Amino acid sequence: MQRFALIAIPYAWLLALFLVPFVIVFKISLSDIALSIPPYTPTLGDGVGPFFSALDFENFAFLASDDLYWKAYASSLRIAAVSTVLTLLVGYHDAYAMARAPQEWRPTLMMLVILPFWTSFLIRVYAWMGILSQEGFLNQFLLWTGLIGEPLTILNTTTAVYIGIVYTYVPFMILPIFAALDRLDGSLIEAAEDLGCSRLQAFWLVTIPLSKNGIIAGSFLVFIPALGEFVIPSLLGGSGTLMIGKVLWEEFFNNRDWPVASAVAVILLLILIIPIILFQRNQQRQAEEEA
Amino acid sequence: MNRLSWFNVTSLTLGFAFLYLPMVILVIYSFNESKLVTVWAGFSTKWYGELIRNEAFLDAAWVTIKVAVLSSTFATVLGTMAAYVLVRGGRFLGRTLFSGMIYAPLVMPEVITGLSLLLLFIGIGLDRGVLTIVLAHTTFSMCYVSVVVSSRLMTFDRSLEEAALDLGCSSFDAFRLVTLPIIAPAVISGWLLAFTLSLDDLVIASFTAGPSATTLPIKIFSAVRLGVSPEINALSTIMIGIVTVGVISASLISKRNSLRQQRDEQAAARTA
Repeated sequence: MQRFALIAIPYAWLLALFLVPFVIVFKISLSDIALSIPPYTPTLGDGVGPFFSALDFENFAFLASDDLYWKAYASSLRIAAVSTVLTLLVGYHDAYAMARAPQEWRPTLMMLVILPFWTSFLIRVYAWMGILSQEGFLNQFLLWTGLIGEPLTILNTTTAVYIGIVYTYVPFMILPIFAALDRLDGSLIEAAEDLGCSRLQAFWLVTIPLSKNGIIAGSFLVFIPALGEFVIPSLLGGSGTLMIGKVLWEEFFNNRDWPVASAVAVILLLILIIPIILFQRNQQRQAEEEA
Repeated sequence: MNRLSWFNVTSLTLGFAFLYLPMVILVIYSFNESKLVTVWAGFSTKWYGELIRNEAFLDAAWVTIKVAVLSSTFATVLGTMAAYVLVRGGRFLGRTLFSGMIYAPLVMPEVITGLSLLLLFIGIGLDRGVLTIVLAHTTFSMCYVSVVVSSRLMTFDRSLEEAALDLGCSSFDAFRLVTLPIIAPAVISGWLLAFTLSLDDLVIASFTAGPSATTLPIKIFSAVRLGVSPEINALSTIMIGIVTVGVISASLISKRNSLRQQRDEQAAARTA
């Protein structure tokens, strides 16, 4: 009895507030827009028969016919992929340096990496608005050093979005890579060097392959959320940056077209299923290797 | 091996400068006299004064704290239960679906979670307000709690529980008297994580909040869309300050506890 309640309560909660809502999104993506509240037909109030018979793929056909959506998905994928690579470069560098730091420093360094994660995401993105704007801190600094003659336009471009994603997601990259490098046996690198590898070769042939799991985990942890990101493109990207999270938001709040917003969400979900499954497999394999 | 080369020192300095400089600049400019956020015009705390007089912000802050306390508490209870089921529940019908539903919200884009919950609330005719935000936040943060707690449960020595059961505890008493005190640090960090996630959330709250309940991130977002403002800098500084003090004191407390535990274990080993 106790066991049943223990399983049933969280199970029922997740079914009602996680799974059922997805079924509703899927259903509404197949409905028609209506000028009422809620703004779609048919609703469950119309009875079960019409509720299912009136469904069609009109919204998906609409998404396929309109350039905007193709471009938004493509540019989200591109932005997420490029920023994952950039984050990997920055994050690997930091994680490597942390793993080489004296043992007694490491807990403090770990805490310094985690600390920004506890600070508001919104505030961390907002901080860059003041830095990247025309008369912002970065431009003032570059003008002062004389490196540039006139202020650069960075805010409201894709570059600003890359900076924002790398900045906010780099802790997700550092932590799994650091965990892998921290466990790495230093004598393996010494052995490689003794056997005639240069330091760079040892890095490529020993360090990188042995931190592979951390690299894969970190990359998925950045790529997956970056793909559906909303806050960063809307604060730093300006109107020129197209990302699917922003399109969904605008479709819903500005155009009030709930069926199309739902169809956008369903396709985003389908795109995400592949990386999510790959990520879970990687985590499972890693857990098995450790066990 | 453990000597720091100049290369690594530079890497660490640059890496942490990148992580912290933007926030340092934000904090410095919150004390700027000028309304123009990028021109320094002398030290002043006037934006903090403006902030305290801004009732819309204070109301939103109150709603946010209420939502965060409620949702993190529910999430901790549900998440701990879920973790226990995942690690100790054995086999039951639909276990794969259950663990899928625990891990999926962690990687789900917030826009999708928000949209789907809103459609649910409208479908069942629930008025949007504090209640709907609490329900939404509880759902996604319970998954984080259960990940934190289950990782602790996995490394936990089961023979302690079995001993309690052999000595005549009911399974509930064994949980209350043996398991819970041992996993308590993980449960507390789960609560803190859920609390922070709720404080921080903009997207899901925007979908599930009604006109009667606006949270602080929603207020901040609509203000910063129009550009940088010194008042928001002041507000951000306060929030960064609270988090910094909280995280540092939490880590000092846990360090002290682990030292004490080490001493106790050593003392126990000596007497044994």
